[in-house]
Amino acid sequence: MDSERYTIRGGTGVDVAMPIAGPGSRSYAFIIDWHIRLIVALAWLLGALLVVNGRIAWTTRPMVLIPPLVIYFLYHPIVELFMRGQTPGKRAAGVRIVDRDGGIPGSGAIVVRNIFRLVDSLPGLYVVGLLTTFISAQRVRIGDMAAGTLLVLDEPSPAKALEEIAAGAAQDDLVVSDLAAQILERWPQLAADRRSSIARELLTKRAAPDQAGRIALLADADLRTELAAVARGGSRARAR
Amino acid sequence: MTSKAGIAAWIGTRAAAWAELAEGIGTRRRRGASSIGAATQFVDSYRNLARDLAGVRRFAPGTRVAAALETLYAQLHAEIHRSPRGGWRAVLDMLRDDLPAAMRELAGGILAMVCLMAGSAVAGYWLITEYPPLVSLVASEQMIEHVESGSLWTEGIINVTPSSLLSVQILSNNIVVSFFAVCAGLLFGLGTFYLIALNGFMLGALFAFVGQHGLGRALFTFIVAHGPVELSVICIAGAIGAAVGDSLIRPRHASRRESFQGCLARMTPLLGACVVLLIGSGFIEGFISPNPTYPLGARITIGVCYWILMGIALGGGLAPRRPLAGGSSSDSP
Repeated sequence: MDSERYTIRGGTGVDVAMPIAGPGSRSYAFIIDWHIRLIVALAWLLGALLVVNGRIAWTTRPMVLIPPLVIYFLYHPIVELFMRGQTPGKRAAGVRIVDRDGGIPGSGAIVVRNIFRLVDSLPGLYVVGLLTTFISAQRVRIGDMAAGTLLVLDEPSPAKALEEIAAGAAQDDLVVSDLAAQILERWPQLAADRRSSIARELLTKRAAPDQAGRIALLADADLRTELAAVARGGSRARAR
Repeated sequence: MTSKAGIAAWIGTRAAAWAELAEGIGTRRRRGASSIGAATQFVDSYRNLARDLAGVRRFAPGTRVAAALETLYAQLHAEIHRSPRGGWRAVLDMLRDDLPAAMRELAGGILAMVCLMAGSAVAGYWLITEYPPLVSLVASEQMIEHVESGSLWTEGIINVTPSSLLSVQILSNNIVVSFFAVCAGLLFGLGTFYLIALNGFMLGALFAFVGQHGLGRALFTFIVAHGPVELSVICIAGAIGAAVGDSLIRPRHASRRESFQGCLARMTPLLGACVVLLIGSGFIEGFISPNPTYPLGARITIGVCYWILMGIALGGGLAPRRPLAGGSSSDSP
């Protein structure tokens, strides 16, 4: 489900595509946030109990009991407002809230989506909300429908990839560079003989004919180094 | 030069600018605010990036460059299309324009909710007057025992629970009831209808029951300070719920979902004001209502004054209109 995309017309006429977060990502984020607010609320409670030596007097009762309740029940709206549509749980799960225009939602939308938690959490354990994310087109819960928001995957910044591309842009074959980068990304998951075979094939095709013998003798680590050079755009220099 | 070589050369001329832009977005996300100059630069970059992305989608689809630019474009789009942070000016605009507009839109609904609550209260009063044993439908065993022994269940409550804690309990309960009245509008307004009717019915029934034991005046004394605003806000929340139901029954936009979202977006400031008012009435109910040292006159004064303040706030009176340069007090078009 995480591969579904929310596409909207950008202000320039060029579409913007955002990967929609599915129920799995949502649940993961929620569970992390639930633990955070529980731990912080309990920490306050225990700290306050230690301060008052375990005796909740009539006068100290509000200071002991009210803050943990506030932390537990207002965690989501407050943190989402301050973190511009994210929470620590959402950040860890790599998701964020956007509005229907693909922008960061305003405070009104955040408040509305949190008010409707009352409905989404019925009859318990967020059953209504979870079921709605399974059956709705954009994997949204009722609170999101009400606020006009949805959860998208917050992809990591492409800065590093773009720097690599900038460094390797002189090469004349983008596809080979991409292939090399993709193989390197999957390098640890691939079996050693399989990845060596793929890497040799790619390097041999890129290299000068007299280099084929040298490439055939390269060890696994050397193949990886050569492949990284191709991904960075050093293949031509090496091949020559 | 081959076409692929041409594309690579073009990417070479642009890649550094893309990388710099990606860094800029990262910095913007970490720091939050940005200057007008930086924002303008982002908008220019957005146009350039859209043009570059369109080219990459056409000439180098499925490549790492395309994937990186898609992500960069989506992130820049989100930054540019973020909702503005209004600060105090937005609060003043809300007090001056949004609240009165929402109240005007809801005027008929609020009147209907007041009538529904009053009618249900009369029904509850009549039922318990005619059939006293049915009071167990609306009151707990403990409450009934209290009243039958000649005292209200609220008496001495501040000796058991501190006023501040009592206030928080009360105001959070009232806020949840108001939110439920709004959310229940999802059931085409019927949920809200039943919730308001039930609240009115319980109020009338309790008044009838305590009246039978000579405690009607005591209950009135208890609720008169906080009750006017609390009940008014419940009626307003009910009207918002009814508007939500109406937006689903008779959508004003292309789809029911858009109509529903539009209705809630218009009503959110009013709902926020209701929460603030309920916090105030919660504190009155926690600190003043159960405190026997406050005489009835003082309670009535507090209740009436707070209700008038509510009327002024919801009517836009807390934020005066901005005068035009020519001295007119009306809003500019």
